Amino acid sequence: MSDFTSGFWNVWVIAITLGGIAFCGWILLGQSKSKTLPEAGEAVESTGHVWDEDLRELNNPLPKWWSNLFWITIVFSLVYLALYPGLGTTKGVLGWTSVGQYEKERSEVDARVKPLYDKFLAMELPAVAADPEARGMGERIFLNNCAQCHGSDAGGARGFPNLRDGDWLYGGAPEKIIETVTGGRMGVMPAMGAVLGEQGTKDTAAYVRSLSGLPHDPLRAQLGKPMFEQNCAACHGADGKGNQMLGAPNLTDGTWLFGSSEASIIEGITKGRNVNVSEGTLAMPTFKETLGPEKIHLVAAYVWGLSNKPAK
Amino acid sequence: MRLFCGPLAALTFWGWQIVIVLAAITLPLGITSSKEYAELEWPIDVLITLVWVSYAIVFFGTIAKRKTPHIYVANWFFGAYILTVALLHLVNSAAVPVSWMGWKSYSAYAGVQDAMVQWWYGHNAVGFFLTAGFLGMMYYFVPKQAGRPVYSYRLSVVHFWALIFTYMWAGPHHLHYTALPDWTQSLGMVFSLILLAPSWGGMINGIMTLSGAWHKLRTDPILKFLIVSLSFYGMSTFEGPMMSIKTVNALSHYTDWTVGHVHSGALGWVAFISIGSIYYLIPRMFGKTEMWSTRLITAHFWIATIGVVLYIAAMWIAGVMQGLMWRATNPDGTLTYAFVESVKATYPFYTIRLVGGLLFLTGMLIMAYNVIRTVAGGKAYEAPIPLGAAAHA
Repeated sequence: MSDFTSGFWNVWVIAITLGGIAFCGWILLGQSKSKTLPEAGEAVESTGHVWDEDLRELNNPLPKWWSNLFWITIVFSLVYLALYPGLGTTKGVLGWTSVGQYEKERSEVDARVKPLYDKFLAMELPAVAADPEARGMGERIFLNNCAQCHGSDAGGARGFPNLRDGDWLYGGAPEKIIETVTGGRMGVMPAMGAVLGEQGTKDTAAYVRSLSGLPHDPLRAQLGKPMFEQNCAACHGADGKGNQMLGAPNLTDGTWLFGSSEASIIEGITKGRNVNVSEGTLAMPTFKETLGPEKIHLVAAYVWGLSNKPAK
Repeated sequence: MRLFCGPLAALTFWGWQIVIVLAAITLPLGITSSKEYAELEWPIDVLITLVWVSYAIVFFGTIAKRKTPHIYVANWFFGAYILTVALLHLVNSAAVPVSWMGWKSYSAYAGVQDAMVQWWYGHNAVGFFLTAGFLGMMYYFVPKQAGRPVYSYRLSVVHFWALIFTYMWAGPHHLHYTALPDWTQSLGMVFSLILLAPSWGGMINGIMTLSGAWHKLRTDPILKFLIVSLSFYGMSTFEGPMMSIKTVNALSHYTDWTVGHVHSGALGWVAFISIGSIYYLIPRMFGKTEMWSTRLITAHFWIATIGVVLYIAAMWIAGVMQGLMWRATNPDGTLTYAFVESVKATYPFYTIRLVGGLLFLTGMLIMAYNVIRTVAGGKAYEAPIPLGAAAHA
């Protein structure tokens, strides 16, 4: 696609660029050839202007080295604009583009490291995780792509899952981890506040806390149980053990993405999660394009190895 | 001769103070347009426009009714700076308010056009506000303090026109290797390189004004401030074109090298020339012949100079280190360092930067004390207003 809406702008850019450089040269030339150059030994003349009682100006010639420096930058610029894109849509003699430079450098590196990545891609994930070299590569990929959310120790943070605790929202099998990293995940907990009402939400929260043996009001929990079965069980299961097909968390295992406090649970039920991005998101981005299958294989092996004993 | 439309000058002063107060209130509250150097939201932008128009009326009105036949070079720079900042502010701050009663607005531009307008503005804010405006100050205070004529009228003609023309193009060098089209990046780079000589023209004209008065540098700390500021100016304006070269920028961009570059300009050039100018002005404004203590000015000079050097050297080293760490790769193609490792490695340099900044602040406190003592002993001085006949000898 052209950068310009019409051919006029191309001509316009070229004209003001070359015109501008010519202007610099013209003003430099004009002042260099001034008639008032002093003879050797002659005192430099003043312009004769006086301001504010004693401000005067001499009229020394332009320093030679300075004029030369100016000319060098002007000539360099003209040569550069002939060689590289710059004058509108003119491509430049060298045919250089920044995208081309990027793709060339990248394809060179890709070609060099391909055998190594292919070797690991052909191996099962547990075997990759057992290889120290692969683990090192996976760790560096993790630190530069995943640690921003999951932490450099993969310990997670509020709203960002801990990857070392063996507890999985979408499953911890090797192929599941690869699937998660490749396609990303978009978990949604809908807002249930309007459906359950204030008291109903509190009752349901008490029941949810009872599932993992947290202190709770038994009466409220009893009232909350049928509500849970009616409104929450579709995703979290009748027993509250979650559903990895949907990414619905297990509510019985004592692992909490947003904390186990009553207030946090009530907030989650009332407003939902990932309904409004500004209040926290459950989105895991896709790395399909960024990393590609070879690097995803390595980083998935690293993540898998964090909670599994790698087998030889 | 008096200023044209004097009450407007008071409006400019107080209006600008209100802008600063509003900035100090709104920014911590998170009210921002999120454009670098143009963070203030639209109602404050409107106020800035009013203040700036008053400023322009006073300035150009005074120039128009001047009694001298020629306009002094300092005023060329001030004129260019006032006009250009008005243009920059109006174009870059163009935005659509969400409502007339609220602060929030959205930029009139989108995507890469927004980025380009922003950096056209951003670099010219440096070029016209912090360079042209302060060169205007330089052209007055250096010859005044040195008691020598300006070195070369001819040089000021060339460097003024080349500088104000070329600066306008330099913005795209802030967007190397981005979605900005390659041709735009190239233009930003070549005009930044051409900018080197016009920038240095101002430095040469200032420093060479001292010809025949070099000895004054030994004893006059005000002159030291003015001349060292020109040295920092020369250094920054050499560094700038160098950093605009694509291959250098690939290393320096996004690192603290840029921060070092900005501060050698902001502290070394802008602050030093202002400090020297204020030391020149204060005794004259309060009916004195000199500042209360020349030794304190000397102390201020050395403490501030050491502070600036520590500050910018720390940022250079940190920046080059960050650039090298970010691009380091292993034989397997993975990055050698995680980002946070470069942050950790920068820690000692941030400590040096803090020390440098504290030294600079200490210098300013010394200056404040010196100014208070100078002012305390004197009374406000009604400057004589030279009339037309005397002005052109």
